[in-house]
Amino acid sequence: MAFRAGVITFPGSNCDRDMAVALEAVSGQPALRIWHGDADLPAGLDLIALPGGFSYGDYLRSGAMAAMSPIMRAVVAAAERGVPVLGVCNGFQVLTEARLLPGALMRNAGQRFICRTVALTVENTNSLFTSGFTPGESLRIPVAHHDGNFFADNDTLDRLEGEGLIAFRYAEACNGSARDIAGVLSANGRVLGMMPHPERAIEPAAVSELGGADGRRLFENILAALASA
Amino acid sequence: MKVRVLVRLKPGVLDPQGRAVHHALDGLGFAGVSDVRVGRLIELEVADDTDPATLTEMCEKLLANTVIENFTIETPGSAEGGR
Repeated sequence: MAFRAGVITFPGSNCDRDMAVALEAVSGQPALRIWHGDADLPAGLDLIALPGGFSYGDYLRSGAMAAMSPIMRAVVAAAERGVPVLGVCNGFQVLTEARLLPGALMRNAGQRFICRTVALTVENTNSLFTSGFTPGESLRIPVAHHDGNFFADNDTLDRLEGEGLIAFRYAEACNGSARDIAGVLSANGRVLGMMPHPERAIEPAAVSELGGADGRRLFENILAALASA
Repeated sequence: MKVRVLVRLKPGVLDPQGRAVHHALDGLGFAGVSDVRVGRLIELEVADDTDPATLTEMCEKLLANTVIENFTIETPGSAEGGR
């Protein structure tokens, strides 16, 4: 199946290549690379990926400057048309700053940068990102962040829970996130933001060295969902 | 005119940086500090006739994240301004 994914690069992105490699490994097709200063997205994208990193040096707030960049106006418009958007780590921060996802990512409660593989619990299995998982399943995916402490007011958290929009939780407290939230979906389920890095867990042959292969399944879910849509 | 925007975490939002600074003050032997909150001061130089509503819009769109932060705007004419 034809699969046209675009990876945005902001100044300071550092997981953009990893994201493109992961998308190419799973789909067998080249991922388009898109610069933050572009005003328009390539036509016909099946997925837009916002990678991890430290866009604009985390100036003002993580993701705040990137959210105002020219390409993000196009990303917001595309998301409103239903184009799937995946934001990982800094990409998640950008999506909250752009108001495509609720809440905010604050400094980790323990103040420390956290870089290790964590266990996640799958909460939602209805979205195009998560439909191949089983409810309550445990995934092992690496995190690497300083600002991953998800915050939203209680009404918002209750709404996210009630509408099944929490995609993943940390199996154990990780960074102080409200209700251990590691990933959230937009109301239509087509925008996913998550702090853990699925693109760093795509190599089955090197499970211990390279973070495992559970992240690969997230990309496979996307392809399968788009193929059957 | 010079405009000062003070951005602060909302009351009730945990401030890990403030807590760390508080801990450091304790470590330096400063007694009697009961709480520390870390915020951000942004100074803008803008045209004298800038509409207050425009300043508010700047804060809401970029300078503060209203999910977690409050802001106050000090202009030379405002009660807190000019200092």
